[in-house]
Amino acid sequence: MRASSLVEQLKGGLDAPICLTWELTYACNLACVHCLSSSGRRDPAELSTTEAMTVLDELAALQVFYINIGGGEPMIRRDFFDLVSYAVDVGIGVKFSTNGTFIDPQAARRLAAMDYLDVQISIDGLDAATNDAVRGAGSYAVARRAMDNLAGAGFGPFKISVVVTRENVAQLDGFKALADSYGAQLRVTRLRPSGRAVDSWASLHPTAEQQRLLYAWLLSNGQDVLTGDSFFHLNALGDPLPGLNLCGAGRVVCLIDPVGDVYACPFVIHDEFKAGNVRDAGGFGAVWRGSELFRSLREPDAAGACSSCGSYVACQGGCMAAKFFTGLPLDGPDPECVRGGGLEGLAVVDPATVPRPAIDHSKPVRLTRKPVVTAI
Amino acid sequence: MEVTLDRPLELHPDVALRPEPFGALAYHYGNRRLVFLKHPDVVAVVRTLGDEPSVRAALEACGVAPSRWDSFIRALSALESSEVVRARVEPG
Amino acid sequence: MDDPTELVVADEVADESADDVEEELLIEEISIDGMCGVY
Repeated sequence: MRASSLVEQLKGGLDAPICLTWELTYACNLACVHCLSSSGRRDPAELSTTEAMTVLDELAALQVFYINIGGGEPMIRRDFFDLVSYAVDVGIGVKFSTNGTFIDPQAARRLAAMDYLDVQISIDGLDAATNDAVRGAGSYAVARRAMDNLAGAGFGPFKISVVVTRENVAQLDGFKALADSYGAQLRVTRLRPSGRAVDSWASLHPTAEQQRLLYAWLLSNGQDVLTGDSFFHLNALGDPLPGLNLCGAGRVVCLIDPVGDVYACPFVIHDEFKAGNVRDAGGFGAVWRGSELFRSLREPDAAGACSSCGSYVACQGGCMAAKFFTGLPLDGPDPECVRGGGLEGLAVVDPATVPRPAIDHSKPVRLTRKPVVTAI
Repeated sequence: MEVTLDRPLELHPDVALRPEPFGALAYHYGNRRLVFLKHPDVVAVVRTLGDEPSVRAALEACGVAPSRWDSFIRALSALESSEVVRARVEPG
Repeated sequence: MDDPTELVVADEVADESADDVEEELLIEEISIDGMCGVY
């Protein structure tokens, strides 16, 4: 029996996720312009503590190795520490992403005392001007204070997560230095036009020239910097970036949202990519195994309009979330296709047909000052 | 320390082995590393290590042909550097 | 007289499958870093 090709095995989907993202709440004290979950207000149908623990029991039985907790701001939930402790107790590692507001010295000590737990602080600029333009007034100071508190509590290496935008590409070396100064690990991830970012993506996403700079930077720094495997669309520029370079949505990972809906990934919170709900009979396992959406995602990729392009093997047509929320067909080029393949399609997209999040949990006051979409 | 045939090894207690159609996934909860065991025979050997007095005994117990032992030693060496397996301390 | 090439072919076929296993890596460490799951 031959040893299996790793990538082919993962593309065909696993019997259980390796890890998954779990957005605990849509509530958030910030209103970042690019929030992929359009968070702000808690959804009244949020999973209860008991329901959440039932899901954790199920994930443990499936041997999901760890969960990536986010939101909204997960620490807003009153049962945050209860859920995190419970996850670890049933054998699930926890990595969670936060804006840092609730990491005061006491919380930092509490986190430092927990094992099998990783923390990631979100920051999108090296200074308040750059960061707060995206994440809101005061958010830079809050993030830095959280980092100081984690360091002061002896938490050990934490992660700093940056969404790469047009405004901060020039600061990449600085972000690396910032992470180094704390003994922390840097993660940079791709901005997708998901959630609230559907409005700001056009002006915030890196230019083609900046993408080339980013690619070169990742090649030089990739061994020390995490990327969430989110830049494989840049592989068409040359040597592949470190990492698996594979879209794991519905195959290796997925999202559970605050009301128990299961989506292919956190960047496609939309009915088109909803696989089911953990409250349905059979729970999460039944959704992961039996969902028609996931079954189709586990079929071999069709290159479609990219089939004549020599770069398809490297870039795999890019990110389905990026295509979906810019109104591009899923079987064609990514909007940021490094060969410009997406430009023609973008030019003819009718803005009225571009998908929008079905439910928006944004709070009424938004930095963009656009009309508010009220949740039903 | 180099992996050799006569050393006793064991699965690291912080590692979970999850069976897959192709072999298994090994996740180390302490160092967060994930390793893909690509062949059922490797999985069998890793599971057997702790019950056998040596790597050689584990390979024999799992019916691995000696012509393949070099690749298995290489695999076990990589697993040791990822801390998926570790030296077993024998009672003195 | 036996055709010596027949024996050689048979041996090659048997060795080929053993070589496949020997030369392939039996394990592979991977980093999926949440695979876009952590944002």
